[in-house]
Amino acid sequence: MAFIPHTPDDIARMLEVIGVRSIDQLFDEIPGELRAGALGVPPALSEMEIGRLMTDRAASDGRPLNFIGAGAYEHHIPAPVWAIATRGEFYSAYTPYQAEASQGTLQLIYEYQSMICALTGMEVSNASLYDGASALAEACLMAVRANRAASSRRILLPRAVNPTYVQVAKSIAGNQGIVFETVDFDRTAGRTPLESLQPYNGQDVTALVIQQPNFFGSLEEIDALTDWAHQNKIMLIAVVNPTSLALLKAPGQWGARIGGMQGADIVCGEGQPLGVPLAAGGPYFGFMATRMQYVRQMPGRIVGRTLDTEGRPGFSLTLQAREQHIRRSKATSNICTNQGLMVTAATIYMSLLGAAGLERVAAASLQRTADLAAALSRVAGVKPAFTAPRFHEAVLLLDRPVAPVLSALARRGIFGGLDLVDRYPELGHALLVCATETKLEADIDTYSSTLADVMSPSRAAA
Amino acid sequence: MPELQLREPLIFELSKPGRGAGTQFPPRVAGSAEIPVHLRRATPPMLPEVSELQAVRHFTRLSQMNFSIDTHFYPLGSCTMKYNPKACNTFAMLPEFLGRHPLGPEPQGFLACMYELQEMLQEITGMRGVSLTPMAGAQGEFAGVAMIRAYHRARNDLARNEIIVPQAAHGTNPATAAMCGCSVKEIPCDENGDVDIDALKAAVSPATAAIMLTNPSTLGVFEYKITEVARIVHEAGGLLYYDGANLNAILGKVRPGDMGFDVIHMNLHKTFSTPHGGGGPGSGAVGVGARLLPFLPIPVVGKDGTRFRWLTERDLPQSIGRLSGFMGNAGVNLRAYIYMRLLGRDGMVRVAEFAALNANYLMKRLQAAGFEAAYPTRRASHEFIITLKRENRLYQVTAMDVAKRLLDYGFHAPTTYFPLLVPECLLIEPTETEAKEDLDRFCDAMVAIRREMEQDPEKLSSAPHTMPVRRLDDVRAAKQLDLAWKPAA
Repeated sequence: MAFIPHTPDDIARMLEVIGVRSIDQLFDEIPGELRAGALGVPPALSEMEIGRLMTDRAASDGRPLNFIGAGAYEHHIPAPVWAIATRGEFYSAYTPYQAEASQGTLQLIYEYQSMICALTGMEVSNASLYDGASALAEACLMAVRANRAASSRRILLPRAVNPTYVQVAKSIAGNQGIVFETVDFDRTAGRTPLESLQPYNGQDVTALVIQQPNFFGSLEEIDALTDWAHQNKIMLIAVVNPTSLALLKAPGQWGARIGGMQGADIVCGEGQPLGVPLAAGGPYFGFMATRMQYVRQMPGRIVGRTLDTEGRPGFSLTLQAREQHIRRSKATSNICTNQGLMVTAATIYMSLLGAAGLERVAAASLQRTADLAAALSRVAGVKPAFTAPRFHEAVLLLDRPVAPVLSALARRGIFGGLDLVDRYPELGHALLVCATETKLEADIDTYSSTLADVMSPSRAAA
Repeated sequence: MPELQLREPLIFELSKPGRGAGTQFPPRVAGSAEIPVHLRRATPPMLPEVSELQAVRHFTRLSQMNFSIDTHFYPLGSCTMKYNPKACNTFAMLPEFLGRHPLGPEPQGFLACMYELQEMLQEITGMRGVSLTPMAGAQGEFAGVAMIRAYHRARNDLARNEIIVPQAAHGTNPATAAMCGCSVKEIPCDENGDVDIDALKAAVSPATAAIMLTNPSTLGVFEYKITEVARIVHEAGGLLYYDGANLNAILGKVRPGDMGFDVIHMNLHKTFSTPHGGGGPGSGAVGVGARLLPFLPIPVVGKDGTRFRWLTERDLPQSIGRLSGFMGNAGVNLRAYIYMRLLGRDGMVRVAEFAALNANYLMKRLQAAGFEAAYPTRRASHEFIITLKRENRLYQVTAMDVAKRLLDYGFHAPTTYFPLLVPECLLIEPTETEAKEDLDRFCDAMVAIRREMEQDPEKLSSAPHTMPVRRLDDVRAAKQLDLAWKPAA
């Protein structure tokens, strides 16, 4: 019997102790008319059989050459990361409720929180949220609690923020009366201009969201945007790519120092680039960091360092009075289980790379994307869309609809990027591409020559 | 006695400037020169600088400071800490699955698994549709209550914003109701642990959006008046929400859809044995009856002829929307799929049978050893509650003391102080994958602890004695916040 250790003798002796004749009798409190009949699910497979099935299905999905980013990035994952993260002691433990028997997980989360603080330039981090998109939703809800200067529950969401994040924020935070207002981007530069915020000068607004780099890969003028927000008593929520923070200014240092305060108020983002595989979309993890003064408004678990009864340092879950199991309907969020194993992987990843390694990953990704954009722009009918400096993504404009081009590339084993037509119809035939350090010069050549072939006049005519 | 790794410095304390895991670094390039200076980082982030071996050894040693299912019996009530088959991880981590970008053309092999998983979950819960998108139980709850709200709104029944929950409900239930903009009405349980029917009748009104129930309840007993509860709530115009936290107890024995529930979330990391991972990732798939089908969160896997595809807002215009950046915890769902195929039809029924056998056996043995069951006249479901209120009175020991002492005996503690309404309680869930010998050893430890209570209660109040740390100062942790390492000034 699959995973059931009981022998017939065990069963007989256990039934005798319980004082029933059969296992079925243990279900005699369920009214007879509710009892289920035979389940319409397939019979069991052995491990060998399921292995064959999964291997075949995986093989049918293949291993295409990928140039899509758009919120999930293909980076090299060092071999130790998952070799250690999948050790049973991490993989099969649960939330560290019993601190003394969970010091490994707790210390690791404390180290993780420290690393996220270091990357973002913030004072406190939580132990993770589900993913980048839902982390933004939680950040919006947190801003409503934390910004005592505003009562409008209005949040400004630039169109240059990942459109799926916007959708998720609306699905999750929309039930609590939060109003999202759209801020446009500059069609030439591909970033959010200060002028687009002018209509909100002096108004009651809860928060402004800035994504750096933004969805197009462009770098926003974060100092000016942050200062504008703070001058108007608006909280700044930064959505950032953790890899980019090895090169780019930490959100804690954005803008000018005003009254002893500087930088973003809440920082969140998608942690996937830190050692988590693409895996068809998940599991990933969301990270969140803030100022110490807002820590009690932050959702999710937090680990603190304290002392045991003998004065030795140790780690435990802390500030639990914010959480659902204590505060119930008054909790900061309903989140309980988070993405612990992904945090384990990310902590190992950050330890192996360090600041120097992560900086090289960021620089190489930036370089590869620059090379890619240049190579593809040399193809007839392709040109870059925006002028702003960028990180590791670029928008290209094609002289024809993008979808058929991507299909033709996919048939030749290349995932050529993301068609932006549904998300940004005003851009025309726009394609979002990404290359990370995993792409070799030869890969970029393959893509550009295949694209040239796919878009060649002879083929278009055919 | 457990032998855990006792002490490990912080990774930052192992760090030395100029050290690194060089083979993991990509080649140096000039690329970053084009970033304007004012957008650049001035000083590098304070990440550790360690060799690959140092990192490997550090994190391996940290792992050895944990209790886990693979190393210890882990009867944490309400969490279903059963064996996580290795095959589920191995086959979910095939390179083609791991390398797949979520926004590429729809991967037919992967989607076939997801489609079949939806179908199997639908069948075993008696529901009409399933979405795998929610990323944990609490997000599944959110999706469920959001669907209920959308349903009432679509019918222009706008006053329904009250969610009824039993007192014993898990904290996520009221927290979820609040996140969905609903108010919460708590109703008491009767002395047998069932919903108080009179209180329910008094609670329902034209403002009732739904009742959220776990069955078997968090008290570890089957709510056998469920049909009556369903009738009362439905007649009042409300819907029934099933919290699937305890689905392990009834798998294949009774289906939530047949009990009258309109919507259910399943904790795939409990019943379907995906790893708990030290606190996630979970997966909180939702199932719905016919009335809520149009509102399912997207994306859902659909099938056109022989081709699988993601259904989006175009297909489900009334959907409550997206809850994740992509497709939820896809890799967790893949592990649940593999687990279900390994169990098959008969194996799924055996889950509930042997979970119930183990729970009832352990309850009887502990009762025989002098422990008091909170609901002695009832069958245990897959878990049961021991209350230590008598021991607390006689020996001044608490449930927490017993929990900590169990660690010394090599057992992860049961859930303590949940549900809140049973004083000094231990919620014990052995799961079906534990052998009789392990249950007996646990029982022996409880008997030994009982003897210590009588003879040397100090042994309990100062426990644990063999862990990497003694009991931690939680008050200090919350008052003198130390949440991130900083280099010495």
